[in-house]
Amino acid sequence: MNQSPHDIELWLSDMADQLKKIVSDTPLMIGIQTGGIWIAERLHKKLGIEEPLGRLNIAFYRDDFSHIGLHPRVMPSNLPFSVENREIILVDDVLHTGRTIRAALNEIFDYGRPSRIILTALIERSGRELPICADVFGKRMSLKANEHVKLSGPEPLALEIKTAE
Amino acid sequence: MTNSNSNIQLDKHGRLKHFLTIEGLDRNLLLDILNYAESFSGVGERAVKKVPLLRGKTIANLFFEPSTRTRTTFELAAKRLSADVLSLNITHSATKKGESLLDTLRTLEAMHCDMFVVRHADSGAAHFIAANVAPGISVINGGDGRHAHPTQAMLDMFTIRKHKGDFAPLRVAIVGDIMHSRVARSEIHALSILGANEIRVIGPRTLIPKDIQTLGVHVYHDLEKGLQDVDVVVMLRLQHERMCSALLPGESEYFNLYGLTEKRLSVAKPDVIVMHPGPINRGVEIDSQVADGKRSVILQQVSHGIAVRMAVMAMAMGNLSNLDIEDADADSH
Repeated sequence: MNQSPHDIELWLSDMADQLKKIVSDTPLMIGIQTGGIWIAERLHKKLGIEEPLGRLNIAFYRDDFSHIGLHPRVMPSNLPFSVENREIILVDDVLHTGRTIRAALNEIFDYGRPSRIILTALIERSGRELPICADVFGKRMSLKANEHVKLSGPEPLALEIKTAE
Repeated sequence: MTNSNSNIQLDKHGRLKHFLTIEGLDRNLLLDILNYAESFSGVGERAVKKVPLLRGKTIANLFFEPSTRTRTTFELAAKRLSADVLSLNITHSATKKGESLLDTLRTLEAMHCDMFVVRHADSGAAHFIAANVAPGISVINGGDGRHAHPTQAMLDMFTIRKHKGDFAPLRVAIVGDIMHSRVARSEIHALSILGANEIRVIGPRTLIPKDIQTLGVHVYHDLEKGLQDVDVVVMLRLQHERMCSALLPGESEYFNLYGLTEKRLSVAKPDVIVMHPGPINRGVEIDSQVADGKRSVILQQVSHGIAVRMAVMAMAMGNLSNLDIEDADADSH
Protein backbone atom coordinates (compact mmCIF):
# COMPACT_ATOMS: atom_id res chain seq x y z
CA MET A 1 0.00 0.00 0.00
CA ASN A 2 1.40 3.37 -0.98
CA GLN A 3 0.07 6.78 -0.07
CA SER A 4 0.02 9.57 -2.62
CA PRO A 5 1.80 12.87 -1.86
CA HIS A 6 -1.62 14.50 -2.18
CA ASP A 7 -2.93 12.67 0.92
CA ILE A 8 0.16 13.59 2.91
CA GLU A 9 -0.31 17.29 2.10
CA LEU A 10 -3.91 17.09 3.32
CA TRP A 11 -2.84 15.44 6.55
CA LEU A 12 -0.16 18.09 7.09
CA SER A 13 -2.69 20.93 6.63
CA ASP A 14 -5.02 19.20 9.03
CA MET A 15 -2.22 18.79 11.60
CA ALA A 16 -1.35 22.48 11.32
CA ASP A 17 -5.00 23.44 11.89
CA GLN A 18 -5.26 21.22 14.96
CA LEU A 19 -1.96 22.53 16.36
CA LYS A 20 -3.03 26.17 15.94
CA LYS A 21 -5.99 25.44 18.23
CA ILE A 22 -3.92 24.07 21.11
CA VAL A 23 -0.60 25.96 21.11
CA SER A 24 0.22 29.36 22.55
CA ASP A 25 1.44 32.31 20.45
CA THR A 26 5.14 31.52 20.62
CA PRO A 27 5.85 27.81 20.46
CA LEU A 28 9.23 26.34 19.50
CA MET A 29 9.40 23.37 17.16
CA ILE A 30 11.77 20.39 17.29
CA GLY A 31 11.90 17.62 14.67
CA ILE A 32 13.39 14.18 15.24
CA GLN A 33 15.87 12.98 12.62
CA THR A 34 15.38 12.06 9.86
CA GLY A 35 11.73 11.83 8.82
CA GLY A 36 10.51 13.94 11.74
CA ILE A 37 12.54 16.88 10.47
CA TRP A 38 10.91 16.69 7.03
CA ILE A 39 7.47 16.84 8.65
CA ALA A 40 8.59 19.56 11.06
CA GLU A 41 9.91 21.72 8.20
CA ARG A 42 6.41 21.72 6.64
CA LEU A 43 4.59 22.41 9.91
CA HIS A 44 7.11 25.08 10.91
CA LYS A 45 6.25 26.97 7.73
CA LYS A 46 2.49 26.41 8.00
CA LEU A 47 2.42 27.69 11.60
CA GLY A 48 4.70 30.63 10.76
CA ILE A 49 7.04 29.98 13.67
CA GLU A 50 9.73 32.68 13.75
CA GLU A 51 12.45 30.96 15.72
CA PRO A 52 14.49 28.40 13.74
CA LEU A 53 13.59 24.73 13.74
CA GLY A 54 15.43 22.52 16.26
CA ARG A 55 16.81 19.18 15.13
CA LEU A 56 17.13 16.27 17.49
CA ASN A 57 19.20 13.14 17.00
CA ILE A 58 18.30 10.71 19.72
CA ALA A 59 20.99 8.13 18.87
CA PHE A 60 22.83 8.78 22.13
CA TYR A 61 19.65 8.28 24.14
CA ARG A 62 18.31 5.07 22.67
CA ASP A 63 17.58 2.24 25.08
CA ASP A 64 18.71 -0.40 22.57
CA PHE A 65 22.24 1.00 22.18
CA SER A 66 23.91 -1.94 23.86
CA HIS A 67 22.13 -4.31 21.44
CA ILE A 68 22.63 -2.52 18.17
CA GLY A 69 25.55 -0.15 18.67
CA LEU A 70 25.82 3.32 17.22
CA HIS A 71 24.10 4.16 14.00
CA PRO A 72 26.83 4.79 11.44
CA ARG A 73 25.34 8.03 10.11
CA VAL A 74 24.62 9.92 13.28
CA MET A 75 24.22 13.69 12.81
CA PRO A 76 24.49 16.02 15.78
CA SER A 77 21.45 17.47 17.51
CA ASN A 78 21.06 21.18 17.00
CA LEU A 79 18.72 23.22 19.18
CA PRO A 80 19.48 26.86 18.26
CA PHE A 81 17.46 28.28 21.18
CA SER A 82 16.94 27.86 24.92
CA VAL A 83 14.15 25.41 25.79
CA GLU A 84 13.89 26.78 29.32
CA ASN A 85 10.26 27.55 30.18
CA ARG A 86 9.13 27.36 26.54
CA GLU A 87 6.31 25.51 24.85
CA ILE A 88 7.67 22.95 22.43
CA ILE A 89 6.00 21.10 19.56
CA LEU A 90 7.89 17.82 19.16
CA VAL A 91 7.51 16.30 15.70
CA ASP A 92 8.17 12.78 14.42
CA ASP A 93 7.12 11.01 11.25
CA VAL A 94 5.80 7.78 12.76
CA LEU A 95 4.76 7.11 16.35
CA HIS A 96 5.15 3.36 16.89
CA THR A 97 6.65 1.85 20.06
CA GLY A 98 7.08 5.22 21.78
CA ARG A 99 10.75 4.55 22.55
CA THR A 100 12.02 7.26 20.24
CA ILE A 101 9.79 9.79 21.99
CA ARG A 102 10.96 8.59 25.42
CA ALA A 103 14.57 9.16 24.28
CA ALA A 104 13.72 12.55 22.75
CA LEU A 105 12.04 13.75 25.97
CA ASN A 106 15.11 12.73 27.96
CA GLU A 107 17.39 14.57 25.59
CA ILE A 108 15.28 17.76 25.58
CA PHE A 109 15.39 17.84 29.38
CA ASP A 110 19.19 17.75 29.22
CA TYR A 111 18.98 21.14 27.49
CA GLY A 112 16.64 22.67 30.06
CA ARG A 113 13.10 22.54 31.45
CA PRO A 114 10.35 23.33 28.93
CA SER A 115 7.00 24.58 30.23
CA ARG A 116 5.07 22.17 27.98
CA ILE A 117 5.75 19.61 25.25
CA ILE A 118 3.14 18.75 22.61
CA LEU A 119 3.70 15.63 20.55
CA THR A 120 2.70 15.40 16.92
CA ALA A 121 3.33 12.68 14.34
CA LEU A 122 2.28 12.23 10.73
CA ILE A 123 1.37 8.59 11.33
CA GLU A 124 0.07 7.22 14.60
CA ARG A 125 0.33 3.46 14.25
CA SER A 126 -0.44 0.56 16.60
CA GLY A 127 2.26 -1.13 18.67
CA ARG A 128 2.92 1.15 21.63
CA GLU A 129 5.27 -0.24 24.27
CA LEU A 130 5.26 2.84 26.52
CA PRO A 131 2.49 5.09 27.86
CA ILE A 132 2.99 7.78 25.21
CA CYS A 133 0.37 9.24 22.87
CA ALA A 134 0.29 11.95 20.22
CA ASP A 135 -1.63 15.17 20.86
CA VAL A 136 -2.05 15.69 17.13
CA PHE A 137 -1.56 13.23 14.29
CA GLY A 138 -2.18 13.15 10.55
CA LYS A 139 -3.35 9.58 10.07
CA ARG A 140 -4.03 6.66 12.37
CA MET A 141 -3.02 3.21 11.10
CA SER A 142 -3.68 -0.19 12.53
CA LEU A 143 -0.78 -2.39 11.48
CA LYS A 144 0.59 -5.80 12.35
CA ALA A 145 3.88 -6.12 14.21
CA ASN A 146 5.72 -7.22 11.06
CA GLU A 147 4.43 -4.28 9.00
CA HIS A 148 6.62 -1.17 8.81
CA VAL A 149 5.80 2.35 7.67
CA LYS A 150 8.62 4.04 5.83
CA LEU A 151 8.56 7.72 4.96
CA SER A 152 10.78 8.89 2.12
CA GLY A 153 11.59 12.51 1.38
CA PRO A 154 12.17 15.35 1.77
CA GLU A 155 10.78 16.12 -1.70
CA PRO A 156 8.29 14.69 -2.41
CA LEU A 157 7.15 13.04 0.80
CA ALA A 158 5.93 9.50 0.20
CA LEU A 159 4.82 6.66 2.43
CA GLU A 160 5.38 2.99 1.92
CA ILE A 161 4.22 0.07 4.04
CA LYS A 162 6.53 -2.91 3.98
CA THR A 163 5.87 -6.35 5.36
CA ALA A 164 8.88 -8.09 6.88
CA GLU A 165 9.29 -11.80 6.12
CA MET B 1 55.36 -7.40 20.99
CA THR B 2 55.76 -4.15 19.04
CA ASN B 3 54.71 -5.81 15.81
CA SER B 4 51.17 -4.61 15.60
CA ASN B 5 48.48 -6.90 14.38
CA SER B 6 45.68 -4.47 13.69
CA ASN B 7 43.06 -7.20 13.21
CA ILE B 8 42.84 -7.59 16.94
CA GLN B 9 41.25 -4.12 16.93
CA LEU B 10 38.19 -5.13 14.92
CA ASP B 11 35.28 -7.45 15.60
CA LYS B 12 33.98 -9.93 13.05
CA HIS B 13 31.97 -7.21 11.32
CA GLY B 14 35.06 -5.04 10.93
CA ARG B 15 33.90 -2.62 13.59
CA LEU B 16 36.10 -1.14 16.29
CA LYS B 17 36.50 -3.30 19.40
CA HIS B 18 39.87 -2.08 20.68
CA PHE B 19 41.65 1.12 19.64
CA LEU B 20 45.37 0.43 19.79
CA THR B 21 46.96 1.94 16.71
CA ILE B 22 45.96 3.89 13.60
CA GLU B 23 48.13 1.65 11.44
CA GLY B 24 46.07 -0.79 9.36
CA LEU B 25 42.69 0.88 9.92
CA ASP B 26 40.75 1.99 6.89
CA ARG B 27 39.81 5.48 5.88
CA ASN B 28 36.08 5.04 6.49
CA LEU B 29 36.65 3.95 10.06
CA LEU B 30 38.80 7.02 10.74
CA LEU B 31 36.09 9.20 9.17
CA ASP B 32 33.46 7.52 11.36
CA ILE B 33 35.52 8.47 14.42
CA LEU B 34 35.70 12.09 13.24
CA ASN B 35 31.96 12.19 12.45
CA TYR B 36 30.93 10.73 15.80
CA ALA B 37 33.28 13.18 17.53
CA GLU B 38 31.50 15.98 15.69
CA SER B 39 28.20 14.77 17.15
CA PHE B 40 29.65 14.50 20.64
CA SER B 41 31.32 17.91 20.57
CA GLY B 42 28.02 19.66 21.29
CA VAL B 43 27.45 17.74 24.52
CA GLY B 44 29.97 19.83 26.47
CA GLU B 45 28.08 23.02 25.66
CA ARG B 46 24.68 21.94 26.97
CA ALA B 47 23.01 22.50 30.34
CA VAL B 48 23.51 18.82 31.17
CA LYS B 49 26.92 17.81 29.86
CA LYS B 50 26.09 14.12 29.65
CA VAL B 51 24.47 11.58 27.36
CA PRO B 52 23.28 8.24 28.76
CA LEU B 53 25.03 6.08 26.17
CA LEU B 54 27.35 4.14 28.47
CA ARG B 55 25.20 4.26 31.59
CA GLY B 56 26.03 1.35 33.87
CA LYS B 57 29.38 0.62 32.19
CA THR B 58 32.63 0.75 34.14
CA ILE B 59 35.79 2.13 32.60
CA ALA B 60 39.20 1.80 34.25
CA ASN B 61 41.98 4.21 33.33
CA LEU B 62 45.24 2.32 33.84
CA PHE B 63 48.07 4.80 33.83
CA PHE B 64 51.42 3.07 34.23
CA GLU B 65 53.06 6.32 33.16
CA PRO B 66 52.17 9.77 34.49
CA SER B 67 49.87 11.98 32.46
CA THR B 68 47.53 14.80 33.32
CA ARG B 69 45.69 15.92 30.25
CA THR B 70 45.29 12.54 28.58
CA ARG B 71 44.03 10.99 31.80
CA THR B 72 41.65 13.84 32.66
CA THR B 73 40.22 14.07 29.14
CA PHE B 74 39.65 10.31 29.04
CA GLU B 75 38.01 10.58 32.44
CA LEU B 76 35.79 13.45 31.37
CA ALA B 77 34.91 11.66 28.12
CA ALA B 78 33.81 8.58 30.07
CA LYS B 79 31.77 10.70 32.48
CA ARG B 80 30.05 12.60 29.65
CA LEU B 81 28.96 9.21 28.32
CA SER B 82 27.54 8.44 31.80
CA ALA B 83 30.00 5.60 32.47
CA ASP B 84 31.48 5.02 35.91
CA VAL B 85 35.18 5.64 35.76
CA LEU B 86 38.10 4.87 37.99
CA SER B 87 41.59 6.17 37.39
CA LEU B 88 44.52 4.16 38.67
CA ASN B 89 48.01 5.56 38.75
CA ILE B 90 50.19 2.52 38.81
CA THR B 91 53.46 4.39 38.34
CA HIS B 92 54.84 4.00 41.84
CA SER B 93 54.15 0.36 42.35
CA ALA B 94 57.09 -1.78 41.35
CA THR B 95 55.20 -3.57 38.61
CA LYS B 96 57.25 -5.76 36.41
CA LYS B 97 56.04 -6.57 32.93
CA GLY B 98 54.34 -9.84 32.06
CA GLU B 99 53.04 -11.70 35.00
CA SER B 100 52.34 -8.85 37.37
CA LEU B 101 50.65 -6.86 34.60
CA LEU B 102 48.40 -9.85 34.00
CA ASP B 103 47.68 -10.05 37.70
CA THR B 104 46.57 -6.42 37.67
CA LEU B 105 44.30 -7.22 34.73
CA ARG B 106 42.73 -10.24 36.37
CA THR B 107 42.01 -8.17 39.47
CA LEU B 108 40.25 -5.47 37.44
CA GLU B 109 38.36 -8.07 35.42
CA ALA B 110 37.09 -9.48 38.69
CA MET B 111 35.64 -6.03 39.41
CA HIS B 112 33.64 -6.36 36.16
CA CYS B 113 35.18 -3.47 34.29
CA ASP B 114 34.01 -3.10 30.68
CA MET B 115 36.87 -1.07 29.26
CA PHE B 116 40.53 -0.38 30.01
CA VAL B 117 42.28 2.77 28.89
CA VAL B 118 45.99 2.02 29.05
CA ARG B 119 49.01 4.31 29.13
CA HIS B 120 52.33 2.52 29.45
CA ALA B 121 56.01 3.31 28.90
CA ASP B 122 56.55 0.07 26.98
CA SER B 123 55.73 -0.10 23.28
CA GLY B 124 53.12 -2.79 22.69
CA ALA B 125 51.70 -2.78 26.22
CA ALA B 126 48.14 -2.00 25.06
CA HIS B 127 48.30 -4.77 22.43
CA PHE B 128 49.52 -7.18 25.06
CA ILE B 129 46.61 -6.27 27.33
CA ALA B 130 44.06 -6.46 24.48
CA ALA B 131 45.36 -9.91 23.58
CA ASN B 132 44.95 -11.10 27.15
CA VAL B 133 41.72 -9.57 28.45
CA ALA B 134 38.41 -11.37 28.84
CA PRO B 135 36.39 -11.35 25.59
CA GLY B 136 33.84 -8.68 26.60
CA ILE B 137 36.40 -6.03 27.50
CA SER B 138 37.58 -3.24 25.17
CA VAL B 139 41.06 -1.73 25.38
CA ILE B 140 41.97 1.81 24.31
CA ASN B 141 45.61 2.79 23.92
CA GLY B 142 46.31 6.05 25.73
CA GLY B 143 49.95 6.00 24.59
CA ASP B 144 52.47 3.14 24.62
CA GLY B 145 56.20 3.83 24.66
CA ARG B 146 57.44 5.13 21.32
CA HIS B 147 54.82 3.15 19.45
CA ALA B 148 51.42 4.82 19.20
CA HIS B 149 49.04 7.41 20.64
CA PRO B 150 46.02 6.93 18.40
CA THR B 151 43.49 9.15 20.23
CA GLN B 152 45.95 12.06 20.16
CA ALA B 153 46.41 11.57 16.42
CA MET B 154 42.63 11.48 15.88
CA LEU B 155 42.01 14.63 17.91
CA ASP B 156 44.65 16.33 15.80
CA MET B 157 42.91 15.09 12.64
CA PHE B 158 39.63 16.41 14.06
CA THR B 159 41.25 19.80 14.69
CA ILE B 160 42.74 19.89 11.19
CA ARG B 161 39.41 18.99 9.58
CA LYS B 162 37.62 21.68 11.61
CA HIS B 163 39.93 24.31 10.19
CA LYS B 164 40.77 23.00 6.74
CA GLY B 165 37.83 20.82 5.75
CA ASP B 166 39.50 18.42 3.36
CA PHE B 167 42.78 16.54 3.83
CA ALA B 168 43.58 16.07 0.15
CA PRO B 169 45.25 19.44 -0.60
CA LEU B 170 47.10 19.72 2.72
CA ARG B 171 50.80 19.97 3.40
CA VAL B 172 51.52 19.10 7.03
CA ALA B 173 54.84 19.49 8.88
CA ILE B 174 55.65 17.62 12.08
CA VAL B 175 58.53 19.28 13.92
CA GLY B 176 60.86 18.04 16.64
CA ASP B 177 61.79 14.75 18.23
CA ILE B 178 60.29 12.33 15.71
CA MET B 179 62.47 9.47 16.96
CA HIS B 180 60.93 9.17 20.40
CA SER B 181 57.45 10.37 19.54
CA ARG B 182 54.44 8.06 19.52
CA VAL B 183 52.36 11.09 18.57
CA ALA B 184 54.40 11.61 15.39
CA ARG B 185 54.13 7.97 14.39
CA SER B 186 50.34 7.83 14.85
CA GLU B 187 49.95 11.19 13.16
CA ILE B 188 51.87 10.08 10.08
CA HIS B 189 49.69 6.98 9.74
CA ALA B 190 46.47 8.97 10.18
CA LEU B 191 47.47 11.67 7.70
CA SER B 192 48.47 9.19 5.05
CA ILE B 193 45.29 7.09 5.47
CA LEU B 194 43.18 10.26 5.26
CA GLY B 195 45.03 11.22 2.10
CA ALA B 196 46.99 14.36 3.01
CA ASN B 197 48.92 15.71 0.02
CA GLU B 198 52.32 15.87 1.72
CA ILE B 199 53.68 14.96 5.15
CA ARG B 200 56.98 16.48 6.22
CA VAL B 201 59.06 15.72 9.28
CA ILE B 202 61.50 18.36 10.46
CA GLY B 203 64.21 17.91 13.09
CA PRO B 204 67.89 17.29 13.80
CA ARG B 205 69.46 14.15 12.32
CA THR B 206 69.82 12.61 15.78
CA LEU B 207 66.06 12.79 16.36
CA ILE B 208 64.75 11.48 13.03
CA PRO B 209 64.65 7.70 12.49
CA LYS B 210 66.74 6.53 9.55
CA ASP B 211 63.94 4.54 7.89
CA ILE B 212 61.21 7.18 8.27
CA GLN B 213 60.91 7.72 4.47
CA THR B 214 59.36 4.27 4.17
CA LEU B 215 56.23 5.81 5.73
CA GLY B 216 55.97 8.18 2.77
CA VAL B 217 57.19 11.35 4.47
CA HIS B 218 59.67 13.99 3.34
CA VAL B 219 62.55 14.71 5.71
CA TYR B 220 63.90 18.23 6.38
CA HIS B 221 66.70 19.19 8.73
CA ASP B 222 66.24 22.91 8.08
CA LEU B 223 63.16 24.36 9.78
CA GLU B 224 62.67 27.29 7.41
CA LYS B 225 62.84 25.11 4.31
CA GLY B 226 60.50 22.59 5.82
CA LEU B 227 57.87 25.18 6.78
CA GLN B 228 57.66 26.59 3.25
CA ASP B 229 53.98 26.70 2.17
CA VAL B 230 52.68 24.32 4.84
CA ASP B 231 49.00 24.43 5.93
CA VAL B 232 49.50 22.78 9.31
CA VAL B 233 52.44 22.68 11.74
CA VAL B 234 52.48 20.04 14.47
CA MET B 235 55.09 20.86 17.11
CA LEU B 236 56.27 18.02 19.33
CA ARG B 237 57.28 18.36 22.93
CA LEU B 238 61.02 18.15 23.50
CA GLN B 239 61.56 15.97 26.50
CA HIS B 240 64.15 17.17 28.98
CA GLU B 241 65.75 13.76 29.32
CA ARG B 242 66.81 13.94 25.65
CA MET B 243 68.94 16.95 26.51
CA CYS B 244 71.01 14.98 28.95
CA SER B 245 71.49 12.05 26.61
CA ALA B 246 73.94 13.70 24.18
CA LEU B 247 71.37 13.69 21.37
CA LEU B 248 71.11 17.45 21.60
CA PRO B 249 73.47 20.26 22.50
CA GLY B 250 71.12 22.21 24.82
CA GLU B 251 67.79 23.98 25.08
CA SER B 252 68.83 27.38 23.80
CA GLU B 253 70.79 25.83 20.94
CA TYR B 254 67.72 23.76 20.07
CA PHE B 255 65.48 26.84 20.14
CA ASN B 256 67.89 28.67 17.83
CA LEU B 257 67.63 25.90 15.26
CA TYR B 258 64.18 24.39 15.68
CA GLY B 259 62.14 26.70 17.91
CA LEU B 260 58.98 27.96 16.19
CA THR B 261 58.84 31.78 16.04
CA GLU B 262 56.52 34.17 14.21
CA LYS B 263 59.35 35.04 11.85
CA ARG B 264 59.96 31.43 10.86
CA LEU B 265 56.25 30.80 10.51
CA SER B 266 56.00 33.60 7.95
CA VAL B 267 57.12 31.27 5.13
CA ALA B 268 54.14 28.97 5.76
CA LYS B 269 50.71 29.56 4.20
CA PRO B 270 49.04 32.73 5.61
CA ASP B 271 46.23 30.64 7.15
CA VAL B 272 48.56 28.05 8.70
CA ILE B 273 47.46 26.51 12.01
CA VAL B 274 49.91 25.56 14.77
CA MET B 275 49.25 22.50 16.92
CA HIS B 276 51.02 20.97 19.91
CA PRO B 277 49.98 17.89 21.92
CA GLY B 278 51.06 19.63 25.15
CA PRO B 279 52.36 20.34 27.64
CA ILE B 280 54.35 23.00 25.80
CA ASN B 281 57.92 24.06 26.63
CA ARG B 282 57.86 27.81 26.03
CA GLY B 283 61.15 29.02 24.63
CA VAL B 284 62.35 25.49 23.83
CA GLU B 285 60.32 24.17 20.90
CA ILE B 286 57.87 27.06 20.62
CA ASP B 287 57.96 30.80 21.25
CA SER B 288 55.24 32.21 23.53
CA GLN B 289 54.19 34.65 20.81
CA VAL B 290 53.30 31.69 18.56
CA ALA B 291 51.82 29.50 21.30
CA ASP B 292 49.45 32.31 22.36
CA GLY B 293 49.05 33.77 18.87
CA LYS B 294 46.09 33.71 16.51
CA ARG B 295 47.32 30.73 14.51
CA SER B 296 47.65 28.54 17.58
CA VAL B 297 44.86 25.97 18.05
CA ILE B 298 46.52 24.28 21.03
CA LEU B 299 43.66 24.85 23.47
CA GLN B 300 41.06 23.76 20.90
CA GLN B 301 42.95 20.49 20.67
CA VAL B 302 42.23 19.87 24.35
CA SER B 303 38.45 20.35 23.94
CA HIS B 304 38.46 18.24 20.79
CA GLY B 305 40.27 15.52 22.73
CA ILE B 306 37.20 14.96 24.88
CA ALA B 307 34.84 14.61 21.90
CA VAL B 308 37.20 12.27 20.04
CA ARG B 309 37.70 10.09 23.12
CA MET B 310 33.93 9.93 23.61
CA ALA B 311 33.57 8.78 20.01
CA VAL B 312 36.18 6.05 20.31
CA MET B 313 34.81 4.79 23.62
CA ALA B 314 31.23 4.72 22.36
CA MET B 315 32.20 2.95 19.15
CA ALA B 316 34.24 0.31 20.92
CA MET B 317 31.56 -0.36 23.53
CA GLY B 318 28.67 -0.28 21.08
CA ASN B 319 30.19 -2.85 18.80
CA LEU B 320 30.35 -5.69 21.26
CA SER B 321 27.02 -7.07 20.13
CA ASN B 322 26.73 -10.17 18.01
CA LEU B 323 23.85 -8.77 16.01
CA ASP B 324 24.16 -8.07 12.32
CA ILE B 325 24.78 -4.58 11.04
CA GLU B 326 21.45 -4.91 9.18
CA ASP B 327 19.65 -4.91 12.52
CA ALA B 328 21.40 -1.76 13.55
CA ASP B 329 19.98 -0.03 10.50
CA ALA B 330 16.43 -1.15 11.12
CA ASP B 331 14.24 1.83 11.86
CA SER B 332 12.47 1.78 15.17
CA HIS B 333 10.04 4.41 16.24
